[in-house]
Amino acid sequence: MAFSLLWLTGALSVLIMLFVVGYIMIQGLPGINVEFFTTSPRGGLSGDGGIFSTIVTTFYMVVVTLAVATPLGVGAAIYLTEYSENAESIIVRKLVSAARFGVETLAGVPSIIFGLFGYALFVSALNLGFSIASASLAGACLIIPVIIRTTEEALKSVPVSYREGSLSLGATRWETVWKVVLPSAFPGISTGILLSAGRIVSETAIFFVTLGGSYRVPHSLLSGGRTMALHVYYLAMETRAFDKAMSTAAVLVALIVLMNLSINIITSRISARSR
Amino acid sequence: MTQDIRMRAEGYSLFYGDFKALNNISLDIPLNRITAFIGPSGCGKSTFLRSFNRMNDLIPGVTTEGKVFLDGRDISKEDVVDLRRKVGMVFQRPNPFPKSIFDNVAYGPRLHGVKNRSDLAVIVEKSLKAAALWEEVRDDLHKSGLAISGGQQQRLCIARAIAVEPEVILMDEPASALDPVATLKIEELMNQLKKNYTIAIVTHNMQQAARVSDYTAFLLTDENRAGNLIEFGPTRQIFTTPSDERTEDYISGRFG
Repeated sequence: MAFSLLWLTGALSVLIMLFVVGYIMIQGLPGINVEFFTTSPRGGLSGDGGIFSTIVTTFYMVVVTLAVATPLGVGAAIYLTEYSENAESIIVRKLVSAARFGVETLAGVPSIIFGLFGYALFVSALNLGFSIASASLAGACLIIPVIIRTTEEALKSVPVSYREGSLSLGATRWETVWKVVLPSAFPGISTGILLSAGRIVSETAIFFVTLGGSYRVPHSLLSGGRTMALHVYYLAMETRAFDKAMSTAAVLVALIVLMNLSINIITSRISARSR
Repeated sequence: MTQDIRMRAEGYSLFYGDFKALNNISLDIPLNRITAFIGPSGCGKSTFLRSFNRMNDLIPGVTTEGKVFLDGRDISKEDVVDLRRKVGMVFQRPNPFPKSIFDNVAYGPRLHGVKNRSDLAVIVEKSLKAAALWEEVRDDLHKSGLAISGGQQQRLCIARAIAVEPEVILMDEPASALDPVATLKIEELMNQLKKNYTIAIVTHNMQQAARVSDYTAFLLTDENRAGNLIEFGPTRQIFTTPSDERTEDYISGRFG
């Protein structure tokens, strides 16, 4: 009885997911052709045009955000796992536990809060305007906690014996981290980074208030733009081209599926190697 | 004993926070000999061994009293990276890096500035030969260090330690995770190595201590659970005519 109930809930959730994806694909795929990818939206109420500029903007957003967030997040995680325990000063130790608490909390904050923060600081106070720069910095704030947490997990899964072996050969802590720990943790870290890239592709609210909504191809970091997810929102809410929204959504879903597949490939490589 | 001394502990104590784990230990590790540390579990013999290359420095809250010398120099004043190059270590569980056999052995030399591929190849071959592993892996140097048997992995770790040309090799129960055949190979290897290296080994296996070591130190915890050195001397003397009753009880298997 319990088993068939569990089976039913499992089957039901898979069905719902298939229904959602299937509906989007059926509605969206017919509108997709080469022209859809190579032309930019024409703007206005009609919603005519393709999604070229939104693909470019999405790409820029992912690259710039990761370029900001990856070094900061990975660096912070390395400090927290590899160095902070040996900190002698009480003040540093207090700061470290505060940082840990901060990371945990920030990872659960809704993205629109980061959006408001980004609007206040980057768009207004720093005068960066609605731009890729503002949106990437806000996006970095959103994903840094995610990168820190996944990197910490990846670093912790590297056996202590690797570190001991390296240190006993006269390696410094940094040499040990760089040559032994990071290579071993690399699959886990890249999974975290890919997950974060997925967040940037799929978030809307945070970019609504930082990226503006320009449908033109961005020409610099200070240009505004709209990501694909944002474009879906604009098409659905502000134009009559609901079919275009569905087509864009279909492309978006395909992209997310692709990213998740590559995460699966990486994680299955890890488990194959540790066997 | 009229024997050159390579390392020496003098009134050495070690604390984990307030807890005293080693109490006032003094002993000499003779040059080109094998010195064994024996004693029941928890007597501090591994902790003591790790004092000779300052691996205990890595544990937060550890403090020490007394001194440890290498060739007459206080190791607490030496650069720890230099010290660990001179005092190598082999661990209880084989811990090759997830790299090729070649890169495992070349890891230390690379750290210390050897860049040239053919120089590295010479060092790798020499070290693997010294660790009695060359014949078995010469055609598989690109293979992962994790893909060979446990006994081979431990000899790979010995080769890795030898590759930086240390003066002393510390071995922390190097055969405890291995089968009897692999254990015997490691023991034969130790006998070979002592021509060029000074070796200190921790073992819970008394037969092993009796078989391989020249000198034996017996450690035991006191009523405060701090490790004390009970007796130290030539292995034959410790095993045949121990001067302390507790040593005799332990050797004859009455506890531990």
